[in-house]
Amino acid sequence: MRPFTYQAPADAASAVRAVTRDPTAVFLGGGTNLVDHLKLGILDPGLVVDVTGLASVEITDLGGGALRVGAGVPNSDLAADPLVRERFPVLSQALLAGASGQLRNMATTGGNPLQRTRCVYFQDVTTPCNKREPGSGCSAIGGWTRNHAILGASAHCIATHPSDLAVALAALDAEVRVLGQDGERVIPFTDLHRLPGDHPEHDTVLGHGDLITAIDLPARPIARRSAYRKVRDRASYAFALVSVAAAVEVDGGVVRDARIAFGGVAHKPWRAYRAEEALRGATAADDSYRAAADAELADAVAQDGLDGGNAFKIPLLRRTLVATLRDLAREDA
Amino acid sequence: MDSEIGLRVDGTPRRLTVDTRTTLLDALRERLGVTSPKKGCDHGQCGACTVLVDGRRVLSCLTLAVARDGAEVVTAEGLAPDGELHPVQRAFIDRDAFQCGYCTPGQVVSAVGMLDELDRGWPSAATGTGEPELDDAEIAERMSGNLCRCAAYANIVPAVREAGR
Amino acid sequence: MTAIGTDLARRDGTVKVTGTATYAYEAPVERPAYAHPVQATIARGRIRDIEIEDAETLDGVLTVLTPDNAERLADTDDKELAVLQSDEVAFRGQLVGVVVAETSEVAREAAGLVRVTYDEAEHDAELATERGSYVPEQLNAGYPTESAQGDVDAAMASAETTIERTYTTAMYHNNPLEPHTTTALWDGDSLTLWDSTQGVHPLRSTIAPIFGLDEERVRVICPYVGGGFGSKGTAHANVTLATLAARAVPGRPVRLALTRQQMFSLAGYRTPTIQRMRLAADADGRLSAIAIDVVEQTSRIKEYAEQTGTPTRIMYAAENRSVTHRLVPLDVPVPSWMRAPGDCPGMFGPEVAMDELAERLGVDPIELRIRNEPSVDPDTGKPFSSRNLVACLLAGADRFDWADRDLRPGVRRSGDWLVGTGVAASTYPVHRMPASTAVIRREAGRYVVEIGAADLGTGTWTTLPQIAADALDVPVSDVEVRIGDTRYPMASVAGGSSGMTTWGSAVVEAARAFRDKFGQDPADGDEADGSVGPADEDHAMHAFGAQFVEAHVHADTGELRVPRLLGVFAAGRIINPRTARSQFIGGMTMGLSMALHEHSVLDPRTGHVVNHDLAEYHVSVNADVTDVEATWIDEHDPYVNAMGSKGIGEIGIVGTAAAVSNAVWHATGVRVRDLPITLDKVLAALP
Repeated sequence: MRPFTYQAPADAASAVRAVTRDPTAVFLGGGTNLVDHLKLGILDPGLVVDVTGLASVEITDLGGGALRVGAGVPNSDLAADPLVRERFPVLSQALLAGASGQLRNMATTGGNPLQRTRCVYFQDVTTPCNKREPGSGCSAIGGWTRNHAILGASAHCIATHPSDLAVALAALDAEVRVLGQDGERVIPFTDLHRLPGDHPEHDTVLGHGDLITAIDLPARPIARRSAYRKVRDRASYAFALVSVAAAVEVDGGVVRDARIAFGGVAHKPWRAYRAEEALRGATAADDSYRAAADAELADAVAQDGLDGGNAFKIPLLRRTLVATLRDLAREDA
Repeated sequence: MDSEIGLRVDGTPRRLTVDTRTTLLDALRERLGVTSPKKGCDHGQCGACTVLVDGRRVLSCLTLAVARDGAEVVTAEGLAPDGELHPVQRAFIDRDAFQCGYCTPGQVVSAVGMLDELDRGWPSAATGTGEPELDDAEIAERMSGNLCRCAAYANIVPAVREAGR
Repeated sequence: MTAIGTDLARRDGTVKVTGTATYAYEAPVERPAYAHPVQATIARGRIRDIEIEDAETLDGVLTVLTPDNAERLADTDDKELAVLQSDEVAFRGQLVGVVVAETSEVAREAAGLVRVTYDEAEHDAELATERGSYVPEQLNAGYPTESAQGDVDAAMASAETTIERTYTTAMYHNNPLEPHTTTALWDGDSLTLWDSTQGVHPLRSTIAPIFGLDEERVRVICPYVGGGFGSKGTAHANVTLATLAARAVPGRPVRLALTRQQMFSLAGYRTPTIQRMRLAADADGRLSAIAIDVVEQTSRIKEYAEQTGTPTRIMYAAENRSVTHRLVPLDVPVPSWMRAPGDCPGMFGPEVAMDELAERLGVDPIELRIRNEPSVDPDTGKPFSSRNLVACLLAGADRFDWADRDLRPGVRRSGDWLVGTGVAASTYPVHRMPASTAVIRREAGRYVVEIGAADLGTGTWTTLPQIAADALDVPVSDVEVRIGDTRYPMASVAGGSSGMTTWGSAVVEAARAFRDKFGQDPADGDEADGSVGPADEDHAMHAFGAQFVEAHVHADTGELRVPRLLGVFAAGRIINPRTARSQFIGGMTMGLSMALHEHSVLDPRTGHVVNHDLAEYHVSVNADVTDVEATWIDEHDPYVNAMGSKGIGEIGIVGTAAAVSNAVWHATGVRVRDLPITLDKVLAALP
């Protein structure tokens, strides 16, 4: 880590300007991912622009069931917000399934979804990694793949996105308000992250200097019956092997509608449109849930690797989805 | 690149010069000689460096000191001003909630922060739909960001429960 | 005798809960400099070139040491400790340089600027079979490599029932929360080391000759150790490196703490083991043969031979017995001690195999163990000084409602969880180190005990006063103990659960000498010393225990939880029930962690542990632990030592993983023979 200049601009426009004009600049939010990566040598910025003082920490009721969450709202506060718990339980549960109490006090709404994908080889600068050094090769392929992707991976990168919050936001049709050098724009949350393809160095569609200012949660009555189910290797304080964010509406034993996203299985939070489609109009029963899982996982590809690779994640995700939907439908009865 | 900042540490105002790269943990330990917060992993994975910043429990190893100019920092040492132990600290001794002691200052500060969060009604993954209560499952979940390799967990939980009453 | 057996709070409680106890990095020194290591990025080969100019010229850098410019050490026999003495690389992560700078940030940056190029050679870092193995001359702690009685093959061929299975334990890292840390200061030809160590005197004896010093010129100070679990029982390369670094900046103290990641290649670890178990039994489960063949790894530069087969030698009666060990030398970091070396991994295979035998015969696993209880040590024929395994099993059975247990697997359910229970035996030998001395002195109306012992959380600060108080027949409040400094009389390492036996015996001898010399009314300044005597040679001496586990396996996801863990131990007299209980439950919980979580993943392509941090190398967190209870039976053993105590620091971890595996089988019907027991291993069998 080389020395860097530190700035704390007074407003978002100045922050965007400062980062935009310096290709080595980065934003500093809660710092939980950035400082980690500085120490690991993954990042070597010349300028760190602190946006914690200028980011909104407000959660605003937009009426009709919608909410706007300022980018600076800490994960703890968002998870505890009464409106969030009432309207979007899946969001509160996802936040509380992530990290630890201390980290949730630090991490922000804008920063958490922008944490980099997680992979032990990406984090180790002594091993080749296409994400760190495009073209150097992917060390994870054929290595330790327990935490790696089964959906949407490429020959260049099989890392997964670690944010729990992002999985819930993907399921909830959230929208991201972004301030760039050309002004503000809105991006559907499901379009924020990208699959690795030929360019795993890019985790999101944001350009250099783009700053998330808020995340909007549109009204989704279905989300009042929603849940986040995270399966991991210890009972707490661990990244997901697989996770499911789900909301269902069941009426008369039939699934009327569903919102589903997966975590821990792809380079991005994975919105399960095919599973949702398969569920609409189906009987609220395990067979339907399994069929929905199968529809979504038809293209799943397991990674070979040490300790048997990650083939287990395909049946695990299937079983987790079925269990989550079963529990939700049971509540709905 | 050096910067001068001010911190209020355990009740005492301190001025110090830090490298912009200096974490709050290293600023406390290496610049100010406040060694109560410990470095166990330096990457936010163990909780030994937990301090209260402006009243909230955070990880000082992932906090840049330069970004906390003017902050109020409380360490486990500061929880016992003039040698009078905090109820959490007394309960840790009574329950033998530690062995080697290295994770302990972080555990203690984390417990103090956690009890405050519980008082405010913040939920955790162990909370259902209602208000959280001070039970063992809540404590264990909320204290899971503090690793204890000596594995005093089964003593930490009752210590926190008793101190939180 | 009143102090021993009393429930006393830790004397170091206040300094630990406030964080004012000083660990090695916090040694009070003036103007410390900071060191950061440079590590090899190949698993085998030679350094071709090291460029240090960028690092050396960085503002704030004091010196950069590499094999090109580091001083030659006086003694390089120990290749692990002979750092920067050669251009040869024997494992990935080996030390190839160090930067010393004014601040830790600059030291770290400069270390990243050191450019090393290598001539890489082919490496082998994977323990898969016994290919390339050899038979070591002896095992750790001096145990014989092989032992045999009777004819196991013949017994296997003629027995009514046999079990022949292979079990594996993973590679584990001790991961004490306090990193391996040294503050080193040279003053002319004198060296002071504030080091995080399990033994100040053993460390001094190791380091002094490496730097060509008489031991008197080296002082080692360590009042508090942030955990070690064996990894701080012997010096590792970081200590040599810190000492070298400090020598290069005379008069400046140098602080060096390994990063968590660096600890995975430089601070020792437990070797993975492959255990081929054979049991032969009659229809009642009486063993006619028990055998274990162990394959494990060592590094090419320094041999370490884990004594994995040793508990099989003493656990159960059987006429035909065999224990073998094979070591596979690999291009890997040097393995070393980790809590209960030998016994901890070595009770996994045998205790799961016993459960498999019980299953096969339809016999209760406790009853099976009772039927195979030996009357004397089956290995040596010596009587046991005390052996209360059966009492532990029965006491635990009682507390765990074992009598109502249904033997069938996979038939209990609580909500979404499959439920099972399991048991395994536990054992650990009573070790006594040959040398340790304590001095007792009358000071200002109190009795001061000085001995260079260590407290790594084990309670020494609190329990040695209890032993001294009884030996002097005074209230414990009249006794002050000073430990953790080579200025005090020589003490052995805090290892092998030998501390209380060894140091306690020295304290008792010192008290005896003190009273003999000065009577009941000593004057200020009166002092006497005493040393540990030889161990009893006529008895086999071991602690025993029984581990009971309730396991829950989620019927949908296979997630594993252990809501209940009970250990019952027979470990002689308990000096302090409060600290003893912490030792037991700490060991048991570490055993739970080993069972469900821990696993160092060594990538054979690179030769390094890829999950080298605490986010990916999982140790149990608070939420993994629910009800952990340890209890003990009242055991009187006149042979072990004057206190009648057996070591308790390690037995808690022994057998836990087997008990968890047995409980998971009972819950699901799946035998997990390869640790750790993770959800992917039970998923296919779920409903």
